[in-house]
Amino acid sequence: MSANSFQNRKFVVGTIIVGIVLVFLLRLASLQLLSEDFKKTADSNAFRKEIIYPSRGLIFDRNDSLMVYNEPSYNILITMNEQIGIDTLDFCRAIGITKDFYIERCAEIKDRSKNPGYSRYTPQLFLAHIPQDEFSLLQEKLFRFPGFSAEKRSIRRYATHVAAHVLGDIGEVGPNDIEEDPYYQGGDLIGKLGIERSYEQQLRGEKGLRILLRDVHGRTKGRYQNGAYDKQPVPGRNLTLSIDLELQELAERLLEGKLGAIVAIEPSTGEILCMASSPTYDPGKMTGRERSTMHHILSTDHRKPLLNRAIMGMYPPGSTFKITQALLGLQEGIIDPNTSFFPCSHGFNYKGLHLGCHGHASPINLVPAIGTSCNAYFCWNLYKMFANRKKYPTVQDAMTRWKDHLVRMGYGYKLGIDLPGEKRGMIPNADYYDNAYRSGWNALTVVSISIGQGEVTATPLQIANLAAQVANRGYYYIPHVVHKIQDAQIDTTYTRRHYTMVDEKWYNYAVAGMRRAVLGGTCKGANLPGIEVCGKTGTAQNRGQDHSAFMGFAPMDNPKIAVAVYVENGGFGATYGVPLGALIMEKYLNGRLSAASEARARSFQNRHIYYGNYER
Amino acid sequence: MSDSTIRNTVARADWLAIMLIIMLVVCGWFTICGASNEIGDTDFFSWSTRSGKQLVWIGCSAVLALFLLLLDDRYFDMLAPLLYVAMVGVLFITPFVAKDIKGSHSWISLGVVNIQPAEFAKCTTALMVAKLISKYGFSLADNRNLFQAIGIVLLPMALIVLQKETGSALVYFAFFLMFYREGMPGSILFTAVAAVTYFVVGIRFANDVLPYTTGSVGQFVVLGLIWLFTSIMVAVYGKVEHCKRLLLYGAVVQAIAWLASRFIHPFDIAWVQIAGIIVMAAYIVWIALGERVRPYYYIAAFALGSTVFLYGADFALNNILGAHQRTRINVLLGIENDPTGAGYNVNQSKIAIGSGGLTGKGFMNGTQTKLKYVPEQDTDFIFCTVGEEQGFAGSAVVLFLYTALLLRLLYLSERQSTTFGRVFGYSVLSILLFHVFINIGMVMGLTPVIGIPLPFFSYGGSSLWGFTLLLFIFLRIDARDSLRR
Repeated sequence: MSANSFQNRKFVVGTIIVGIVLVFLLRLASLQLLSEDFKKTADSNAFRKEIIYPSRGLIFDRNDSLMVYNEPSYNILITMNEQIGIDTLDFCRAIGITKDFYIERCAEIKDRSKNPGYSRYTPQLFLAHIPQDEFSLLQEKLFRFPGFSAEKRSIRRYATHVAAHVLGDIGEVGPNDIEEDPYYQGGDLIGKLGIERSYEQQLRGEKGLRILLRDVHGRTKGRYQNGAYDKQPVPGRNLTLSIDLELQELAERLLEGKLGAIVAIEPSTGEILCMASSPTYDPGKMTGRERSTMHHILSTDHRKPLLNRAIMGMYPPGSTFKITQALLGLQEGIIDPNTSFFPCSHGFNYKGLHLGCHGHASPINLVPAIGTSCNAYFCWNLYKMFANRKKYPTVQDAMTRWKDHLVRMGYGYKLGIDLPGEKRGMIPNADYYDNAYRSGWNALTVVSISIGQGEVTATPLQIANLAAQVANRGYYYIPHVVHKIQDAQIDTTYTRRHYTMVDEKWYNYAVAGMRRAVLGGTCKGANLPGIEVCGKTGTAQNRGQDHSAFMGFAPMDNPKIAVAVYVENGGFGATYGVPLGALIMEKYLNGRLSAASEARARSFQNRHIYYGNYER
Repeated sequence: MSDSTIRNTVARADWLAIMLIIMLVVCGWFTICGASNEIGDTDFFSWSTRSGKQLVWIGCSAVLALFLLLLDDRYFDMLAPLLYVAMVGVLFITPFVAKDIKGSHSWISLGVVNIQPAEFAKCTTALMVAKLISKYGFSLADNRNLFQAIGIVLLPMALIVLQKETGSALVYFAFFLMFYREGMPGSILFTAVAAVTYFVVGIRFANDVLPYTTGSVGQFVVLGLIWLFTSIMVAVYGKVEHCKRLLLYGAVVQAIAWLASRFIHPFDIAWVQIAGIIVMAAYIVWIALGERVRPYYYIAAFALGSTVFLYGADFALNNILGAHQRTRINVLLGIENDPTGAGYNVNQSKIAIGSGGLTGKGFMNGTQTKLKYVPEQDTDFIFCTVGEEQGFAGSAVVLFLYTALLLRLLYLSERQSTTFGRVFGYSVLSILLFHVFINIGMVMGLTPVIGIPLPFFSYGGSSLWGFTLLLFIFLRIDARDSLRR
């Protein structure tokens, strides 16, 4: 049989060749053209994305004094497979750790359950947040220890020891932060409290990115495309606060040894000039490695130093609240500024209900009633309103009208300050009493709310805001602590006037009453020489000693500052509220305290209130 | 030889084949530049780089090619037995003198360079087989002659296995394609291909469960293939009508079995398939008895034998072979192909090729290969670099060049006036096809991971010179032959 008889088999061989190539082409197409997965896997294999951290925005006070800045800090990194044959003892001595800590830390790093991204070829975090001064000593020795390297980060530093509650702090992101905003990765820092939190977006800037090539062992092999796809970090924006640092320092001094808050607002802008809450802490202690220990100490302190009482404390506003009663009574036509038809015989007496008052002439009309803080006048005021069946068909309707007035004055809801954690206070409504008094209620049942007692509570910020709106004769701006954001506008919600439901003309009577209180009434201690101060005391009853409150503004015409002071268990409004408020106003308006005032300030600084077993 | 004869033979060498070879070598060299250098390197010509060294190997093989074209072609025929015997001798002593390189004892050190005799043994074996088959009256259709030819192939193959170079040894199976062309019964080739397919598919997918049944994908597919192959053989050796009947019967039985498993109760439908195959074999025998069609007995035997083989191989693998040998087979099939398991190498090479997309990442921009995610990226896995840097377009061009060269070799082999030339040409073609098929198939995850180089692309002198010898001896023979025509 000749071999050529198998000639046709060349077609079989040719078919095999072509068939194989066709199968290969199909396979190539399915790998290269139909799926993007391989491309992604290759990228995640080969690229190491190194983050370049932007510097966080600086924080200044309203006079451009630096409050918060950044200082370089260093993380010590360890690359396990390069760290061979070093003198461990020598190293521990150099960076000031014990050998036990070294062994424990290395074990932690190698434990993949605690450190999922572990590779012995890549640098791992060994020790975080080493401050510049410590590091400069270490730096000279570090080269002797192969496998150890340093990474520059930064740490928040504070030029001041005050305003902790306003400034807040930063800490490592938690799992929730990462879930909410994919910008964050484990180990990033985020604002936790204060403006660090509420202005996080502006302060943080934008992280940069350097794309490095990484080989199969995790070793870096240069930059991808010579950095063509890298991103430069955008530094965070600087913030200028409306806080006056000196005023803040004074406010915190005055509150030493007491529980309470002082809030001062510039009425013409709503900017907060100072916001002190006592007890407080040094914001500089809440940074870096100390933060977690410090945070634990503060959060377990029974006096709650982490609580910003200025916006989170809900207190009975006491007699400061009478101003609202006067204003809405005038607006509703319940009272007339020139008539004095409410009797005060050491208080409000009606149908067996007695609500005490201190001794003064009677009857009096509105301005002196504010001046002397006559309880009976305002109780009658509320009673007349709630019992007026001609104007309001039911007591519930009267109550609703009353509540609406107060809400428009900034009570009962959060004002919306640019700080986290604000509380809303409490303004009861008709439903509340319907639920509380199933058998029915009337004007007499609730009469104590007219003098800021009973169910009514407010934050010191809301009280200060009342002072600001009286100063403005009928409107306020939402109080805020940020004056200026670098290269950006502050939110327009803070530049819009909020009018109340009370006409400007009625505010003039409130102003006159508050001026009267300073000249010859309860606030005599606030009568500053050369400054027309207006004020109103508050002495709020509660389970223990009365709370001492004050709200006021100055000067009477063209006011520059509105203040609220609240000292827990401080007794009469005149005991702490008035003198502290006066010192704040004097300091702000005169730029300094007179020698006598300075002496008084020092004496208040040293007057501590004993709170016993404080439980609140 | 006179000057004019020399000029004539060189001029008559098949320039199309030479151009294709040159193009492949050039593509290969650039790919080595891409695969062996790090990002940012531009010094491709330095002796310290693999691309620089490869340039020297290419220069040497150019000289070798020219020398071969000038040689008198009668030497090849004449010296074939001598060269074969000498090479067998070299292969025999190699394991004793060779250094241990990654467990392989196939490299002989010649001072500056290490060479791998196995790469050259392919050529001497091809010459020897061509010499044998071209003997007057020799026919591969004759069993005795066939065993002689197979023996000539198996001897060097066995010696190479002893060097622990299984990959290079398997290349000798390529000769069976040439044997087929030269008259070896087609059923042998087909049975061999079928057996390999059963084995590979059956083992490879033994652990994947067929959806909605309790059996494995491997068994299901292999039994289905037995059914299909049997039906096709019936069509080839008998009546197409019978084939149609069998195909329909098979499809219906398997579909019903699967649906029953899906909707009634899950079971291993392989048992139904086996029963079906036995019934089918019985039916074929019944037809054979009735219509006296002799090949049908063999076909029925094939169907049953295939089934027994599948289970026999499975049984042998799991019960007779030791764990170590089982691992070796699994490694060969790409089931366990590296110490970390899970097909790391092939997975990374698929990622490299897949990430190339349509046009690739560009020369020297392949991250997957540059950063050493792909193992052996400038030798066995070099096609990854083509896929990653040149994309589908570049890979298709390379495949096209190989196809063109293979088809050209087919054409040239067929036009030989001598059996010696044709057999040698087919040997060259078969060996080249085997390398391309296994190597490119391996990096794309289609064929088992067998460590054999991609001709003209993989780094290394021995492989390049081995193919230069094969191709240019053949082109010399062809040039001389065309003078006679």
